[in-house]
Amino acid sequence: MIEIHNIHKTFNGNKVLDGISGNFESGKMNMLLGASGTGKSVLLKCIVGLVKPDIGSITYDGRIFANNKLDIKQEIRRKIGMLFQGSALFDSMTVNENVEFPLKMLTDMDRQERQERVEFCLKRVGLEKAGNKMPSELSGGMKKRVGIARAIAPHCTYLFCDEPNSGLDPLTAITIDELIKEITEEYNITTIVVTHDMNSVLEYGDNVMFLYKGKKLWEGHSSTIMDTHVKELNDFIFSNRLMRDAKKVEEIAEEERQEEGQRQEDDKNRNR
Amino acid sequence: MKTFGAFILFLSSLLRRGESPRIVFNRTIDEAILIGIDSIFIVAVVSTFIGAVTCVQISYNLTNALIPRSTIGFMVREMTILELAPTITSIVLAGKVGSSIAGGLGTMRITEQVDALEVMGINSASYLVLPKILASLLVFPMLVVTAMFLSILGGYLAGSFSGALSGEEYIMGLRSDFIPWNIAFALIKSLVFAFLVSTISSYQGYFTEGGALEVGRSSTNAVTNSVIAILIADFVCAQLLL
Repeated sequence: MIEIHNIHKTFNGNKVLDGISGNFESGKMNMLLGASGTGKSVLLKCIVGLVKPDIGSITYDGRIFANNKLDIKQEIRRKIGMLFQGSALFDSMTVNENVEFPLKMLTDMDRQERQERVEFCLKRVGLEKAGNKMPSELSGGMKKRVGIARAIAPHCTYLFCDEPNSGLDPLTAITIDELIKEITEEYNITTIVVTHDMNSVLEYGDNVMFLYKGKKLWEGHSSTIMDTHVKELNDFIFSNRLMRDAKKVEEIAEEERQEEGQRQEDDKNRNR
Repeated sequence: MKTFGAFILFLSSLLRRGESPRIVFNRTIDEAILIGIDSIFIVAVVSTFIGAVTCVQISYNLTNALIPRSTIGFMVREMTILELAPTITSIVLAGKVGSSIAGGLGTMRITEQVDALEVMGINSASYLVLPKILASLLVFPMLVVTAMFLSILGGYLAGSFSGALSGEEYIMGLRSDFIPWNIAFALIKSLVFAFLVSTISSYQGYFTEGGALEVGRSSTNAVTNSVIAILIADFVCAQLLL
């Protein structure tokens, strides 16, 4: 579990994160939801240590991360896997070498063990035949899958995904979301996903934290997100026409259910 | 002063929590091959023609009948070893290698590849930049020695084909009043220039922010700043070592 407490971050006098606290559970898809520019990616970068928060604490399974000794931070970092928005694959390396890279740098595995692990991870993401390709030869969805394979290769305990389905077609986006969900549950990983895709949140999310202008406005299970009365969250969810239509249909169905109930009640009273 | 301070902090970060010597060694060899092989052609062309032009121009200016023609060979040698080979080669490499280092690191930065290394717990500066500096320190002197040889050869060919002086006269000039320290001076300069080009270019590339436009700007700054640093260091070296 990852716990964050009272995270503040300011860039050039502009407050980007304003006292954010929360818990991210193991084996769950923890979604950081919000519109563009609300500080989701900055919060994620604070959690992984790419950005230093001005104030606040971050703990990984009870071990303090931010402002701790370098070797402890390094030890925690070696358990972190991250899928970047643009995949961040190393251009000069093949797919095999990209996935092997963290194993080479962070583990004592010999060549044979590394090879087996690379094959396993690529098979896990469905890319067992793409090992010798260069990143420039891959599609956006394939790059994301290689990114996931590289993230899980060194048996990571924590997985961070920065907008994993941005720039992908809806079907590929679903595949990537499903893959992250499966891996999270299979290996009991603490996964944090930054997204503004409501489909991901509703279909695959477990816990959701909604950020608005650097503040946490709502936190809860994805199944309760549609019932919220937080105006900013409602505005965000129903900014999509599809969601608005779905809500209208739901409201009409609810009205019809109520009318039907009332009618049955009236009939009962009349019969008496 | 702020930039200079940031540059010094950047250099100190290269040595903090560095990678294992085996990884640094392997990466240094890879970088040395890239820097060396990619630059041999341009260094060869530039140095051969500079030697040839130097020979022809000295010959054109040397009109006094009392000065022996072999002086041309002597002057080509001195100019090549003291100035042309180390300085011009380094300026050429600032354009070739410096822009490549800054462009490569800048692209890695904006495509989050540097962040990916940091998230893995790898000191990205040490992993990416230190081997480039070591490789430059290894390869620049080799290229400068190659440039010296080719420049003198270019002078020989130009002198012989243009009829400015005979091959024997040129070689006689080359062999007269040779000071071995000049070679050491040129190699010291090449090491200083290698350090300046690789560190300045790496600094420019490593701290690129933004997009493709900024990567281009970093490359341009890397070349401009490296060339200015080479010229200043050239003067300082001449004052201190000669």
